[in-house]
This record gives sequence, structure tokens and C-alpha cells, in this order.
Amino acid sequence: MTRTAYINARLIDPATGLDTKGALLTEGENIADFGATLFKDGVPDGISTVDCGGHCLIPGLVDIRVQLREPGEEYKGTLESAGRAATAGGITTMVCLPNTLPVIDDMSVLEFVARRARKLGLAKVFPYGAVTKGLDGLELAEMGLLAEAGAVAFSDGIKPVADAQILRRALSYASTFGLLIVQHAEEPSLADGGAMNAGETATRLGLSGIPREAEIIMVERDIRLLQMSGGKLHFAHLSTSDAIDVVRKAKAAGLNVTCDTAPPYFALNETAIGDYRTFAKLSPPLRSESDRVAVIEGLRDGTIDAIASDHAPHDEESKRLPFAQAAFGGIGLETLLAVTLELHHNGHLGLIDALKLLTSAPADLMGLKAGRLEKGAPADLALIDTDRAWKIEADDLLSISKNSPFDERPVQGRVLRTIVDARTVYELDA
Amino acid sequence: MCRFMSDKALDNIRFPHSHLLGTEGLTPDVISLLLDRSESYVEQNRQADKKKSVLHGRTIINLFFEDSTRTRTSFELAGKRLGGDVLNMSVATSSVKKGETLIDTAMTLNAMHPDVLVVRHNDSGAVKLLSEKVNCAVINAGDGRHEHPTQALLDALTIRRRKGHLDGLLVAICGDIAHSRVARSNIHLLNTMGARVRLIAPKTLIPSAIDRLGVEVFHDMNEGLKDCDIVMMLRLQTERMHGGFFPSVREYFHFFGLDYEKLANAKPDALIMHPGPMNRGVEIASEVADDIGRSAIREQVEMGVAVRMACLELLTANLPTSGGAKP
Repeated sequence: MTRTAYINARLIDPATGLDTKGALLTEGENIADFGATLFKDGVPDGISTVDCGGHCLIPGLVDIRVQLREPGEEYKGTLESAGRAATAGGITTMVCLPNTLPVIDDMSVLEFVARRARKLGLAKVFPYGAVTKGLDGLELAEMGLLAEAGAVAFSDGIKPVADAQILRRALSYASTFGLLIVQHAEEPSLADGGAMNAGETATRLGLSGIPREAEIIMVERDIRLLQMSGGKLHFAHLSTSDAIDVVRKAKAAGLNVTCDTAPPYFALNETAIGDYRTFAKLSPPLRSESDRVAVIEGLRDGTIDAIASDHAPHDEESKRLPFAQAAFGGIGLETLLAVTLELHHNGHLGLIDALKLLTSAPADLMGLKAGRLEKGAPADLALIDTDRAWKIEADDLLSISKNSPFDERPVQGRVLRTIVDARTVYELDA
Repeated sequence: MCRFMSDKALDNIRFPHSHLLGTEGLTPDVISLLLDRSESYVEQNRQADKKKSVLHGRTIINLFFEDSTRTRTSFELAGKRLGGDVLNMSVATSSVKKGETLIDTAMTLNAMHPDVLVVRHNDSGAVKLLSEKVNCAVINAGDGRHEHPTQALLDALTIRRRKGHLDGLLVAICGDIAHSRVARSNIHLLNTMGARVRLIAPKTLIPSAIDRLGVEVFHDMNEGLKDCDIVMMLRLQTERMHGGFFPSVREYFHFFGLDYEKLANAKPDALIMHPGPMNRGVEIASEVADDIGRSAIREQVEMGVAVRMACLELLTANLPTSGGAKP
């Protein structure tokens, strides 16, 4: 059995709070041992050695909101391109949205995606099952069968489950299987036709606005439905102070509700759109500065449980259009860690707290055995230099689509090596 | 009354942008330059011989993705009177209907070496996007609900000729602000030139946070028109309205249509303006629109040609006069 020793590392396990100089040993595909005293007296013969140079060896990141474009839109992204981009970003586990073509509302599609991803051997892929057939919001998908086939949770992807009765039943039905419903909270009758956050910038640019209330109203409504039906509800990519506040209160009241956000919502605000920059056209839209600050506060006080990349690849033809016609979404796999580390470098979060939002916290939400340093667990790891400065250049990213809202942003924190099942799947060129 | 500038003066003062995409960000000096230059063409356009040759050899393409008669005709006349070759391309006859993208259309036209593209598009920001992909001068002839700079300039010229100045005037812009690029361009220009701007409309037709653009907002015509020097009416753009913004045309006219009764609140010599085309009996009563003493609506159309001549002239003056590749 292949054995590899990672020596001279700063071991960080956010789940347990471990932060120590030490070493880690992998055996076969798993973590065999780790700790401060391991290999104190040198590495025995027959074990290959990787010198970590004093950098942080952490659990591989777990990204719970990724849009894969395979099957159906391979020109925008494939399982392989997403896998390569993910591992370049230190991500070893992705949970993908069901909005492929065909959609993942059926066991066969789910199995196809899972099998293709396994064969590639890059970042591991766990799909969401659709809440409703065809993501049409009308009829429940075969949630039980999808769960048996490996769906980790349920979501209609980039669409909300807008019909109150359908969501009520979905929550109630999914609770039988102990599964989570993940909601994109945006009231369509308020948001439809809008291109960016409603307010001064939208008015100045002459663009239709999506009011903040579109998010707030749906979060408020859904929490009422959760109270009525039971179950577990998770809000994806929250972007407004009021919605976060509603979740804060619901959590305090003991409801089974969680939420995440994505880097654009704590690192950018609506001014990033500038003169109609379509790479900054996201869903939900980038909000005002006060909302951005509120998202950081939500991360600090634990109201927001995790950070996901919200990776949404789009080709040039979908973005090189007048703003109102351009597609919503930006890529994020390769920039997730670096932009999140800004929270640490700017003093908003401790390093371990920031990393926890990317590892054990999202893994726990989805019930995945991932995101931890644990003896006997798969050796999914990332070696990162938390201080290394670099500039995000969209054209240099590995994703097929280059639509990063962070293009040309100087950041701090770089992935040096990514390990999946004890195999090195990514290494930064020296 | 006229503040003419000699042709010689143009050698020293240049329009400091390669395109005219909006009035937002234009300085008072630049706006005055455009207006002064326009003024010189007003007289010329009233002569029997209207032709000049400043655009000799230049090609101007009017690229209209949205229907327009008056603006396109006005630009066409302006180009021709300055001796340029003008080509009209409208969406109905273009390949955009065949699925070609805006960028492809721009690149195709660009390959034919036009000197100026005059572009109208129904999406905000589309003209700016196009301007980034071509190496000729671009004039925004209206993009979505964003800007329509030559309309604001012709309005300003009309006001300046009638009132002698812009600063200190109280201007009411009334009606469909939400869907109006004319309103936005006028707000920026009038504020820059020191006028005070009021907006009067039902709440559903006022876009959010518009007060941040430096205007006062009213929802009552009688109150809003009080002591105004200029009453600018806007066309109700029902083609851009999805869903109910107001219950009926009858109700709209009752509260927001301009008639003599409401107009009585404005100054006795208040000027009535409208960018056209008018919906008579909807936003403006016919007798008010046709009041020769008060209405400047036809004069606005006349000023339009002069303003567009000035814009074409000043923008082409920035283009290289010889050689192939442009910077």
C-alpha cells in the first residue's frame, strides 16, 4: 500500500480547532495518522515524503453550490473542467445543482453524473436532486428514489420553489428521509425582468431593478412554511441584511433552518457593475454596501453557516450582450479560498473560523463525511499558502468559461497542492 | 441672442471624448461648446443653401435597432447637410433578426470603415457595449431607458434660445420618468448647467432612489408645476410597460395630463416642451400642445437637426484625417 508522509506542515483541522506544526501520513487512499509528534525522529524508509514547507495542510474544501454544465451545455463547462478548476481552488468535494440538461430529477441522470465524476478522479461530486420534476415547480420529483441513488439534498437549483403549497409538501415529504431542501430565495413576481439590485445605480443605468424584498419576502414566507410542515430548510446565497436577520431570529427560535452565502456577496457590492459589466451580473444581484457589511456580520456571528462558490459558468456569447440580456452568474471555484481569506486578512474572522466555513461546516450541512482531518477518512487535503499574493486573471483560470466577477482582483492566499484520496491531483507550478 | 463661435475657434476647442454616449459626466464647458456650435447651424438651416462640406468624405451609419422616424431623419439630415454620406440601417432589414448578435453586427459594420455610428437600441448600455468594439465615433441615439444625449442637448438649446440661459431655471419633467431615457439625460444636463429639476409623476412611474440624482419629486401636478419656467412632458411608453403602472388612460390624463388648468400653476411665460411623438389627450391636451405662444414643441424638432450637426462635426473633428488604421 502506498504511503506518503506530509512533513513540516502546519496542520489545521477547523472541525476540532487543531492548529499545530506536525506531519500527516496517508496510507492507500486514507489518512493513517497525523499530529505534532508524528515523524519527530524522521520518516522511515519506504514512505515517500512531501515537504510542506511550513504551509497549512487543511481538509480539502467542500463547495455546496456548483453548477456543472455536463450533461447538456459542455461548451460552457464539463465535469472535467469543473474538476480541474475545483482542485486548483483546493476543493475536493462539490455538491452540484440539478440544472443540467436533462435535469437531475431522475435516478439515471444522477447516476450518470456521479459515475462520470468518479471516473475522472478529480474533486468528488455529489448531486442535488430536483425538488420538482423538470424544475418546473409543479410536481414533486421522486425524492425518495433520488435519495437512495445518492442525492445529498434537494433543490430546484437557480429557481426558487415559488409555489407555497409545493414547498410545504416538499419540506414535509423530504423530512421523512431526513433530507434538506435548499432554496434560492427570490420571489419571481417581484424579481422577473430585473437585471440588478433596485436602487440608485439601477436607476442611473436605466436597468430594471430586483428589489431586496424579493429575497426577504421569500425567506420570511418559507420560514412560516417550515414552522407549519417541519423538515429542514437551507437558504442558498443570501445577500440582504433583512433576510439574514430573519434567519437569525428563526434560528434563535429553534427552527431547523440554515443558510450560506457566496464570496461576491461579502467581497463586492453593486458598484462592481460600473458601466454595464456583465461579469458582475449575478443572481441574486450584487447588493448595496450596507448589505455587504451585513453579510460579513452574519458570517461572524454564525447566522450564515457556510460559504459556497456559487460557480456558474457562462460562455462569451451569454455574457457579451447588453446587460439586460446577459446571463446571470459567475464562476467561483478557483477564487473561493482566496476571496474568503480576505475575511481573515481584513480581521473579520480568525483563520480557523474562515476555513471552517469552507470545510466541515458545509460538509455537516449536507451530511457528508468530508471536510475534516480524521484517521481512517479519505485523504482529501489542500496545502495552502495563506499569505501568497496573486492577481486573479480570468484568462488564466482553468474553467472553460472565464466569467469571473473577480477578474483582475489582487488577492492573498493560494493553493499549492490538492490531494484527493491520497493522490496529488493539482500542484501549483513553482 | 446668438452666441456664435467662429469656425476658427473650433481649432482650439475640441470635444474631449471619442463618443457621445450620454450627458452624465459632461462638464458645463463641453455642454456649452456643443450648444454654441449648434447655435451656428440654426441660422444656416434657415437659408436656402443649407449645405456645408465639413463631413466631406465621411461615412455615417444610422444603426437603429428600435423603430424611430424623427430621430433617424434628424440625424440623416444633419449628416447630409454637412456633406457626409449617410446610410440608414434599421432592424427590420438587418441580420439581427436572423440571430446575429449586436457585437457581430458592430464588427461587420466596423469593417466597412464608417466614421460615425449613430446607434439606437432598446437595451440600456447596448450602445456603450457596441462602442467598445468599434474604432469609429459612436453617438448614442437612445439606449433603453438609460440616455438620449442629443435630445437633452436640443432641449437645452431650445430653452437657452427662448430664455437666454439655463442656470437658475425651474424645470418640471412630467410623466413616465421610469421608462424615459430623455428624462435621465435631461436631469444630468440641466443639473450640470445649474437649473433646478422637478419630476412629476405617479409613484409607480418614478424609479427608486431617483432623488439621488439631484431632483425634487412631486406626485401632484398642481403642486409640482408651481412657478416653473419650463414644463417638459414625456411620452407614456406603454410599449415598455409590463403590468399595470396606472389604472387607465382616462385616470392618467385626469391627474397627470397637461391642460390649461394645471398649466396655470406654472409661470405665465412657462415654456411647454415634449420630445415627441405625442399622445394627444393622454399626457398633453391638444390645445396646449398647439398653443403657438407657449409650446416650443416644433422648435425642438428644428433644434434637433442643428444639435446633431454640431455633434457630428465635433466628433469627426477628433478622427484622424488621413491614413488607414485609427487609434
